[in-house]
Amino acid sequence: MTDIVLTIDGKEVKAKAGMTVLQAAQQEGIHIPTLCHHEKLEAFGGCRLCMVEVESRGWTSYVVSCVYPVAKDIVVRTRSEKVDKIRKVLVEELMAHAPDAPELIKLAEEYGADRNRFERDASFCIVCGLCVRYCNEVKQKNAVGFIDNGARREISFIPEVARKECWDCQECFTICPTSYAQAAYLLSEALAFPGQRKKIKAEKPLQPKSRVIPIMPAPVTT
Amino acid sequence: MSEHTIDGIIEKYRGQPGSLIHALVEIQHQNHWLPREVMQKVADALQVPFAQVMQIASFYKAFSLTPKGRHEVHVCTGMTCHLRGAAKLRAKVEELTGLKDGETDTDSRFTYQTGACLGSCSIGPELIVNGKHYGRMTPEKIEDVLKQYE
Repeated sequence: MTDIVLTIDGKEVKAKAGMTVLQAAQQEGIHIPTLCHHEKLEAFGGCRLCMVEVESRGWTSYVVSCVYPVAKDIVVRTRSEKVDKIRKVLVEELMAHAPDAPELIKLAEEYGADRNRFERDASFCIVCGLCVRYCNEVKQKNAVGFIDNGARREISFIPEVARKECWDCQECFTICPTSYAQAAYLLSEALAFPGQRKKIKAEKPLQPKSRVIPIMPAPVTT
Repeated sequence: MSEHTIDGIIEKYRGQPGSLIHALVEIQHQNHWLPREVMQKVADALQVPFAQVMQIASFYKAFSLTPKGRHEVHVCTGMTCHLRGAAKLRAKVEELTGLKDGETDTDSRFTYQTGACLGSCSIGPELIVNGKHYGRMTPEKIEDVLKQYE
């Protein structure tokens, strides 16, 4: 298969057919910010942060690079005034939900986003779907899923599965950008199968240290 | 609705993950709501993770995750019906049944829902009970209509 040659940030890049613009950029060490992307998971196109400017046959458009396939002779710009503005507003919107998420704070600094721009709806979940997709695609346990639709969409642990699988895995806690996956799990544990961890500890006293991540104190930013 | 009918529907789609929505639609149609145990059965039979069944069932408004009454009462709140006095109809239905939008009464007689637009603007404002359209409704007439449904 022949390589496809495209330009990213003024640099000629070779990519294989079927790759996405994001993959092509990452392979060249060009950084594009992402939140819902994970190398082990199928592209989701959920957070829109990896938006880039693509110039193709004289037309400029804004595309989500994690799902946009590479094409011959396109010119990609990962930073431009408009791209930066799009990312800034996206970060501001996400911060209405998770104002103290470390990744968002870092992005907010980079793009000059105002964390107080939009009215707070502190759901702490930015619906990136990492936990849901990781549990489905990598672990194949489906202990956590999406519930409801549109603005009311949220993640929810299925108690029947979670009580069996989650304590020994907890891998979604580390990939969650906001620590909400952990909070949601602990909440469903408290509601649906309280006291289960004591039982597990009693049965398997020589377990390696549990992987519950201490929730970081909220950084002081105003 | 009998368990037998539901099992029949599930059997028809056994081993076909792609038919998840069809199965749920049929069960919803027969049973008027989707109990958790039934969704678990669907998940097992169709070899779909339960989380996915929940996702689909909660995504579409056509599925109900709570029990419905024997009779479904809809009041249209579309623009035309609204201009022709749907708000008064709603107030009257709410007064007569004691229900708010989306609720079901304790003896499962009525489930009351608003919706827009139910597609019969020319006879608005309208009240729909179990799919039967009552056009040119007035608050005074509602009581007689609801009396027919026990």
